[in-house]
Amino acid sequence: MWLRRELSRLTCAPLIENSQSDGPLNFSSDFFAVFSINPAWDVDLNDLGVRYRKLQQEFHPDRYATKSDVERRVAVQASSFINQAFDTLKSPLKRAQYLLTLKGTDVDQETHITSDAVFLMQQIELRETLSDISSKENPLQSIATLRIDVESTYCELQCEFQRQYESELFDNAFNAMVKMQFFAKLLVEIEQLEAELEDA
Amino acid sequence: MALLQISEPGQSPQPHQRRKAVGIDLGTTNSLVATVRSGMAETLPDEQGRHLLPSVVHYTPQGPNCVGNEAAEHNVSDPLNTISSVKRLLGRGLEDVKMLGNQLPYDFQTDQGGMPKIATVNGLVSPIQVSAEILRKLVSRAEASLDGVLDGAVITVPAYFDEAQRQATKDAATLAGVKVLRLLNEPTAAAIAYGLDNAKEGVIAVYDLGGGTFDVSIMRLSRGVFEVLATGGDSALGGDDFDHAIAEWLRQQSGMSESLNPMEQRILLETAKAVKEELTDSEAVEIELLDWSGVLTRDVMDDLIDDLLNQTIRACRRSLRDAGVPVDDIDKVVLVGGSTRTLRVRDKVAEFFGVEPLANLDPDRVVALGAALQAEVLIGNKSGDEMLLLDVIPLSLGIETMGGLIEKIIHRNTTIPVAKAQEFTTFKDGQTAMAVHILQGERELVDDCRSLARFELRGIPPMVAGAAKIRVTYQVDADGLLSVTARELTSNVESRIEVKPSYGLAEDEITQMLQDSFNHARDDMQARALREQQVDADRMIEDLLAALKQDGDKLLNAEEIQCLQVAVKELQKIREETTQHRVLARQIEAVGKTSETFAARRMDSSIKSALAGHSLDEIEQG
Repeated sequence: MWLRRELSRLTCAPLIENSQSDGPLNFSSDFFAVFSINPAWDVDLNDLGVRYRKLQQEFHPDRYATKSDVERRVAVQASSFINQAFDTLKSPLKRAQYLLTLKGTDVDQETHITSDAVFLMQQIELRETLSDISSKENPLQSIATLRIDVESTYCELQCEFQRQYESELFDNAFNAMVKMQFFAKLLVEIEQLEAELEDA
Repeated sequence: MALLQISEPGQSPQPHQRRKAVGIDLGTTNSLVATVRSGMAETLPDEQGRHLLPSVVHYTPQGPNCVGNEAAEHNVSDPLNTISSVKRLLGRGLEDVKMLGNQLPYDFQTDQGGMPKIATVNGLVSPIQVSAEILRKLVSRAEASLDGVLDGAVITVPAYFDEAQRQATKDAATLAGVKVLRLLNEPTAAAIAYGLDNAKEGVIAVYDLGGGTFDVSIMRLSRGVFEVLATGGDSALGGDDFDHAIAEWLRQQSGMSESLNPMEQRILLETAKAVKEELTDSEAVEIELLDWSGVLTRDVMDDLIDDLLNQTIRACRRSLRDAGVPVDDIDKVVLVGGSTRTLRVRDKVAEFFGVEPLANLDPDRVVALGAALQAEVLIGNKSGDEMLLLDVIPLSLGIETMGGLIEKIIHRNTTIPVAKAQEFTTFKDGQTAMAVHILQGERELVDDCRSLARFELRGIPPMVAGAAKIRVTYQVDADGLLSVTARELTSNVESRIEVKPSYGLAEDEITQMLQDSFNHARDDMQARALREQQVDADRMIEDLLAALKQDGDKLLNAEEIQCLQVAVKELQKIREETTQHRVLARQIEAVGKTSETFAARRMDSSIKSALAGHSLDEIEQG
């Protein structure tokens, strides 16, 4: 087999330069500018949604259904770009990573090992709790409790990220982001288990 | 070119004449065509007043003989040459087809390219060709009814259709000479038919239970924008399973043996189906079956089908979860598919969502009606209308990595169109080629997912392992169709593929078939093709001149402007002189290429100014 994953690149790749057009399409330089909002942690998601839909109403390929191939191709690229921008900014984790990228931090490092022993212990405990849930007497109740715990910690980490980022302590912000990754992953696993329990 | 006119959205430079567009529901059992007249969508009947066209094609040694009711009459007398339920074969590989082969009585073979075909007295035919016959029939019905050539059609597909099945549907349309404005997901079409786009805000669930498939979609509506949040279902669960459950009960009650001959099975299933339909209106049905008689009450039937219904409810719950929407947030529920006529289905759905479902439109027609309404918008007859559909892909798209594993590049339920890039590197020193294997599915292993295409990126300069940077980009368009590019970044070596899955027809096969159909009505087609190209040319000339006038000086240098002006002149000349549609098409393409940079710059400058200078209030009112 010939492929090896090198990077966990989430966003930030200027996709448009891969387009079929001869000249590169330089849409606005960053995702915040696409929506004409300031590049900052605080994003009003309702407002972002309104701006997103407004843009799609203008640039979606359906608006160009009867136009030439070239126009439809450009519209597909523009609409994809807007989708990618929206997808990145609405997710706290992706937004955090993107903000760091804008500050020149490489968030694509292969391994994010945190040296915070307390944090690692907490992770291990949470994972043990998760793996024990199926054998609990009332697993749905237990997983709901766990979810609330995890969500509130995830929330605290986001605040931590914001504090560090706004103080321009980007190394600290990076560490908070790495911890957010752990929790985002844990939340996905909690959701999967919840789905399995409900379906059973 | 609209991109060249972005600064005045919704306004066309001159009011053009009303264009002819239809919506087509290409169904497993029946197909329909609908259009909008005086603002109302209606399905179009044939000369005998029948709206549903059975999706059946009959072949004779001379070729396709008839389609629809006439074809269905050959079902018993000539089963091997009477093709029905072809939608289940569309875009399927040999393995899938073999599995379905037990249920479908056809003689399957593979052609030289390894693609599954059905052997008939007319030779091997592909499911795409059969579908194209059905589409042709619907198109000629519509053209007779609308008195003229169609300008375009929206064709519906099940939301769970994968890339290969969508591509096959589009190929069938190409073969039938239909311009596809959009492949539209059936549940989305249903929501449009109910006029839910007129509602201001809300979350909608569409529950679609057909004969053999179940499909659920959760969408959010805000200010005319339909956002599909999640879609899910079960492609092997439907009303036919109710019939089987009832038939099994009948068999046990009547003391029939477990090993029935095909005739007895037929009778049992037909009885079950009839009983199921009767129980929609009555509480109990008396049944006479061979030498047995008895009664089936609605309560007992409900017990028989509840397990199946609970499976659909589980799928609804999963979709809500994927959508991130609590069940209390659902404002409206739409029912689609003939099997939703069963009262128990309505009760279960109402109970789960806590909303009485909408069911006042005919569940067999609602999809075609919605498609017609969307076709009307896309063709531009309803300009200024701000309705927009944002669909998602139903299954994740990935790439094969070391060890037969899949790396997902685009996750399911991602809004389309979408482009995502992932970087890879070489694994051996001096490696100069990389194979790219594109897959679709949710599972971790290559063997469990559907293989869509493979291609190779060659000419990578020899480097130590890990030094090359290969960016693979997946681009999915608004129809859910994928193209993939791989590029080595240090050398800029690039390779690109439009994913034409190995289940459809090869490109040259389509060309050949199109050629054949051209030969049948060559002059007609020539004239029609030329007319279409002339319309395109006129529009391009007009738009380009207007755009040059408005933004030329701002965005282009003198040389670029002159280059475009020459291109437009040349196009005008060829437009007036040539009778060869291909010559004109080539020139249009050439001018398109020349103006692409200009279009891109206008898009860029427009995207920047689209929101700048607007307050949020203005945007919200917009």
